[in-house]
Amino acid sequence: MPSVDNQGQAPFPVHPIVDFDISTQIPKRSDQRQMGPWQHLGTYAAGLALDDAGVAHDPDLLAKTNMIVAAGGGERDLEVDSAIMEALGQVEDPGAYLNATLMGELRPTLFLAQLSNLMAGNISIVHGVTDSSRTFMGEEMAGVSAIDTAVAQIQHNQGELFLVGGAYIAERADMMMLMEFGHTLWTGEQGSVWERENTDGGMIMGSAGAFLVLESKEHAQARGARPYARIDSIVGGRCNRQPGAAKKVAEGLLGQIADRIPEGPLPVLSGCCGVQPQLNEEHEFLNELSNRGISPAIRGVTTVMGNTLEAQFPVNVILASMAISRGAFFDPFDDSGVEQDFSGDPERVLISNWGHWRGESLALIDKPDTPLRGQE
Amino acid sequence: MSQSAKDHMGRPVVVVTGIGMVTSLGEGKDDNWKALIAGKSGISKITRFPTDNLRTQIAGTIPWKGDGMFFPAAHSISLARKSAIEAIEQAGIGSRGSFPGPMFVAVFPAETNWGQRMDVYNHKEGGDSKGYERLIRNVRAGNFSEYYSMYQFGSIAEHLADEFGPRGLPVSLTTACASGATSVQLGVEAIRRGDTDAALCIGTDAEICEEMVVRFTLLSALSTQNDDPQGASKPFSRTRDGFVMAEGSATLVLESYDSAKARGARILGVVRGTGERADTFHRTRSKPDGSAIIDTITRSMADAGMAPEEIDCINAHGTSTPENDKMEFLALSSALGSAVDGIPISSNKSMIGHTLSAAGTIEAAISLLTIEAGVIPPTINCNEQDPNILMDVVPNVKREHAVNSVMSNSFGFGGQNVCLIFSGEPE
Repeated sequence: MPSVDNQGQAPFPVHPIVDFDISTQIPKRSDQRQMGPWQHLGTYAAGLALDDAGVAHDPDLLAKTNMIVAAGGGERDLEVDSAIMEALGQVEDPGAYLNATLMGELRPTLFLAQLSNLMAGNISIVHGVTDSSRTFMGEEMAGVSAIDTAVAQIQHNQGELFLVGGAYIAERADMMMLMEFGHTLWTGEQGSVWERENTDGGMIMGSAGAFLVLESKEHAQARGARPYARIDSIVGGRCNRQPGAAKKVAEGLLGQIADRIPEGPLPVLSGCCGVQPQLNEEHEFLNELSNRGISPAIRGVTTVMGNTLEAQFPVNVILASMAISRGAFFDPFDDSGVEQDFSGDPERVLISNWGHWRGESLALIDKPDTPLRGQE
Repeated sequence: MSQSAKDHMGRPVVVVTGIGMVTSLGEGKDDNWKALIAGKSGISKITRFPTDNLRTQIAGTIPWKGDGMFFPAAHSISLARKSAIEAIEQAGIGSRGSFPGPMFVAVFPAETNWGQRMDVYNHKEGGDSKGYERLIRNVRAGNFSEYYSMYQFGSIAEHLADEFGPRGLPVSLTTACASGATSVQLGVEAIRRGDTDAALCIGTDAEICEEMVVRFTLLSALSTQNDDPQGASKPFSRTRDGFVMAEGSATLVLESYDSAKARGARILGVVRGTGERADTFHRTRSKPDGSAIIDTITRSMADAGMAPEEIDCINAHGTSTPENDKMEFLALSSALGSAVDGIPISSNKSMIGHTLSAAGTIEAAISLLTIEAGVIPPTINCNEQDPNILMDVVPNVKREHAVNSVMSNSFGFGGQNVCLIFSGEPE
């Protein structure tokens, strides 16, 4: 069962982050104190990925590890914000009051904990990743561009080893406000994303930290590292979200990769977040794969995790890679009837990842022609 | 150079065919250049908001001309539009609303500003609730769709993409004070990969508001020399006491040499090399031995295939903080060796201030203008050079000097460092 918190951000349900012990990846208290929960989560998840890839604590590998982080920003001090909001309407000189209060109440470390590029900065400091370091922003599409750019760089000898990913903390009132500016949040009961079709729609935010180590095949082989999967292709586009426009963009993207998808059953991970009209458009788009002889076995990832924004595409690439390396796709995430069974060993997984506001993307993750992780 | 131009590593040569710029010194590269070589300062007293109780009361703001309260994202978009239109028109590339390549936008990660937060708070729908509960009640009951489309972290780039129509997903990026240089780097890499013939590289930053001044003040990063705004940014001076925040935008149109030649575009310069190395030492300071920024500089020269003697001029990061200017000199002397003695180094931030996310792009643009003019803009306010910084900092007065290659440095909080090298058009 998905983990759901209905109280903390009421009236909006969220998928909270599980308890985790940051000291296992961020051992120094002095480092921990410089970050908030968002940077903790990203730095922690990055450490897990480096560990899993056998890159952690290897100075030679870390010195050639390039990093692209998909980031929003870190936590604000909501108590200070609230006190200022209440006082501003009552004080005689609001400008002077605002300045004095910000000067007196904000902690110097808070700014660093908020700064978007400081997740990458902390990963460098804590884990010793020191080749290139870039931070992309732009909600869900930041994660897409981060992985797409890393893959392109690997394919063209602009780096052999990359750490890419992102993190999002849903349990934040300031981010709830930002998302609700567009009236995009779901206030009903948590449940299958597909059950929000034929409603006004809405999304449930979820917390996640998701990092991957990407590597050229040659580099992985030379150091005896086995892959989970291969990234075949990532394509992305955008529109202004007039009704029907997103679906049209996705159809164009599909055209770019369709020759790589054979007819028959196809496992699909959808990041569909539930906001309309994209929800209906994405579901229609996926259903129409059948026009190409493809039978999609769709899994609505946000049903179990919520929309994890910058982490969403990394999460989907991780799930696809695990399915491929384990030789089995996921059982349906709900009983809506939308999600068909898929039995057998998936050769490839299609990811459909559209932003809640902007951006559409597709990716194809498949089996490499080398032995996989977990298949000794 | 032969018809299919490759660099020393067999990669497509990347050139610049369009430059656009707006800063506190003026709008457009011509006005900026005139002010730069005249040694003018764009810094003034902040009038956008009350500065009572602030230790720093000066900045290089650009007047906000929008309706109503100051809106940082809208201001950043407006400046970026100006610089991008200038650059695209100069390059004569694509058609209106259709740029034939990807777009990389260096932007500040702007959060909801106090003006907008209080606008939401002051609505009545939320009843007598307080704090974020009240904000959220008001948001649910009201129409704040404009804030939704302006306060996403991807908003600035998405709005620019609506107007300029680049290919693929627009990339918003931040590497703090190195962001603008990172946008150029990403464009160079895309062209070298052969992914595209052209790239639109934009840096924009117009977010000077109460909270930003406070945040940088709390890091002890800002000059507090409020009595003499135009004299406050004094890179390499003994009495420097911090940087001066500023606003601005610059855009470069990058193209492969082959593509630029094929369409008869005027080549404004070549991006010879880029270098980068992340630091692990501290969130706001470089390693004491400078090794990360030394590596950044060394890597840019290796990428360019150039020796220190071939660098004619350095466009410094030169923020005017005690820490940066000392470390930049240390790193340059270590990376360039004795050659550093003969290379003029100039900090545009003495005049423009520190445009943060846009600085790397603005300084890349000025590096190219320096090559074109054969004139090095001065480091102004240099009346008492730091005796420990033994470099020719082009104090106070511009210098006529044949310049074929410029190194431009950008070092960011968070340990993200980028160095770019530009040259004139190849023969």
